[in-house]
Amino acid sequence: MSAVVDYFKSLTLWELLKGLRLTGAYLFDRKITIQYPEEKTPQSARFRGLHALRRYANGEERCIACKLCEAVCPALAITIESEQRDDGTRRTTKYEIDLTKCIFCGFCEESCPVDSIVETRHFEYHGEKRGDLLMTKDKLLANAERFEAQIAADRAAEARYR
Amino acid sequence: MFEQVVFYSFAAVLVLAATMVITVRNPVHAALFLVLSFFASSGLWLLMEAEFLAIALVLVYVGAVMVLFLFVVMMLDINLTVLREGFARYLPVAGMVAVLMFIAIGMVIEHEHFGLEKPASAVTHAADYSNTRELGLALYTQYIWPFEIAAVILLVAIIAAIALTLRHTRQTKAPKPEKQVAVRRQDRVRLIKVDAERQG
Amino acid sequence: MINPFALLEQQLTALGMIPAPLIVVAVIVAKILVIVLPLMGGVAYLTLAERKIIGWIQVRNGPNRVGPLGLLQPIADALKLLTKEMVVPSGASRFLFLIAPILALGPALAAWAVVPFGSEVVLANINAGLLYILALTSLGVYGIIVAGWASNSKYAFLGAMRSAAQIVSYEIAMGFALVGVLIAAGSLNLGDIVNAQRGALGPGSWFFVPLFPLFVIYFISGVAETNRAPFDVSEGESEIVAGFHVEYAGMGFALFFLAEYANMILVSGLASVLFLGGWLSPLPWLTSVPGVGLFFMDGIHWFLGKTAFFLFLFLWFRATFPRYRYDQIMRLGWKIFLPITMVWIVVVAAMVVWHMPPWFAAGARG
Repeated sequence: MSAVVDYFKSLTLWELLKGLRLTGAYLFDRKITIQYPEEKTPQSARFRGLHALRRYANGEERCIACKLCEAVCPALAITIESEQRDDGTRRTTKYEIDLTKCIFCGFCEESCPVDSIVETRHFEYHGEKRGDLLMTKDKLLANAERFEAQIAADRAAEARYR
Repeated sequence: MFEQVVFYSFAAVLVLAATMVITVRNPVHAALFLVLSFFASSGLWLLMEAEFLAIALVLVYVGAVMVLFLFVVMMLDINLTVLREGFARYLPVAGMVAVLMFIAIGMVIEHEHFGLEKPASAVTHAADYSNTRELGLALYTQYIWPFEIAAVILLVAIIAAIALTLRHTRQTKAPKPEKQVAVRRQDRVRLIKVDAERQG
Repeated sequence: MINPFALLEQQLTALGMIPAPLIVVAVIVAKILVIVLPLMGGVAYLTLAERKIIGWIQVRNGPNRVGPLGLLQPIADALKLLTKEMVVPSGASRFLFLIAPILALGPALAAWAVVPFGSEVVLANINAGLLYILALTSLGVYGIIVAGWASNSKYAFLGAMRSAAQIVSYEIAMGFALVGVLIAAGSLNLGDIVNAQRGALGPGSWFFVPLFPLFVIYFISGVAETNRAPFDVSEGESEIVAGFHVEYAGMGFALFFLAEYANMILVSGLASVLFLGGWLSPLPWLTSVPGVGLFFMDGIHWFLGKTAFFLFLFLWFRATFPRYRYDQIMRLGWKIFLPITMVWIVVVAAMVVWHMPPWFAAGARG
């Protein structure tokens, strides 16, 4: 009996009309498109974007070449070489992040005991040559200089949870 | 003058395409040339004010029959060299058959029918003369019995073709859409309420 | 109203330099251009409308960067496709590969010759108009089959095979739906078919009321014939990449695109001519109302409006329904549409023979 009812119901295209009504309602719905360069989605303070190698306020590099980040990096994107400086402290001579390998997991940032390597909120960058996405130590230090205010503010805002 | 130019161009295309059908090596190309020759002949029929026949030719032969032909021909994997092997051997026999056929056709038609002046010239009608209506009237009154008999023969052929190919004994794994369509949610999905956590 | 083409003919004759047959040809070419150029523009903006409407249904904005509201997007697309390189795949049948897009587009444009836009506005007012349309729509499949075969690609070939079987199957249901129309109208001439729908009931006298099942089946078959979603198995981008036009780029691809959209417009235009009274006004009683009366006169704007409605349905369907499985398409065509059309043809014939009011009352039609 219900098979007969179903048969005639299918002949009226009832379920198709229901589907059309649903999509027809969305035709007039408010659009949620973000017009990207003009409008941007809100960003979290924990956003993981371009990397930066920070300095202390007195200008000293934070990084002590402990190589925890190199060890934890799942994509093997970080390469570090270190040497003893004249004043007896250990510093990096080479600190490179290959952004073409990096998966932006944030482990390097979490593992860093001195808050040296961090991921900034900056994500709108590009490379035009092969080497452009290989972040050398100079580039990373420059990034930190450029975004230090934002980085410090984000660290302060998130201090409760860290 | 204008009509003659059109006629001879269609006729030339028709003869050329028909020749290509039987000479061209590739079966798909042959089928497409057959389509072209159907087109040319429908153009000729249009010139003779037989627009129903012309369009029916395109509709039935070009639009349906040749599509199915192509469907089959395209899937053939013919090794042309094997096909060509026996050409010289069969040529004398084939030539004799062809000549015999030609003579037979000539005897049936008889030579008095050849020549442009022999058949009565086509009657030209006014623009509102409906070929379709006249054809339908003739077909459904004067020729109703032949028409119905042809229809019954076609029906028998259809049923025979289906009966020959439809075999339920074979183990097919093809799904049955009508069964799948008839499925309702309650036939397949059963919601079971499970307690999130049991104490103890 | 002045006939601009008669005027053109007069002017050309007055020049006195051109022989008479050439003038006739020139006038016909002018008429063809007047139909084809707006049609091509319609196709271009139909692609934009499609992207916009489907975007809106998916709660997006659709293209809005090129020009104000994205209105120049089709032109940008056309320029892009024009400047792209056409690649003929190795092992392809070169001539057939290049001619296939033309075979697809040609019938889609040629069919417009008999479509009446208004009571006197038609290129060729021939008696067998409906048959001509049916014949030409069945030709469109050759472009697809030839493209699929000539591409020397498995995906293209699969697409062509699917499309061939699908179009042949749905042509039968479509043809039967059209047979119902011609029984009801008593004519194969599209202009006469529209005039046969003129009646005291206004829209109620149009053929979609007495022939409702045929109307629905005609339109669904039309969607299937044009290989549009949900019947787009011959393209099937998620199964066979792009089907028959997978090997095409640049202008070849653009021609297939044009053909598909021109066919959509054709099917929509025919649906409005055959079932929705073409250029007839839906509210003929309002013609005497001052001010808006002119708008409610019969005219080409009603034909265009009805066509636009069907085109919107095409886009709406595409945004709503998932693709049919191939065997279900075949089942729908052969086991459901064909029996329904056959039954309804008998019903229509009975209604016509016994002069069923209000549509087929004796004396209502000539």
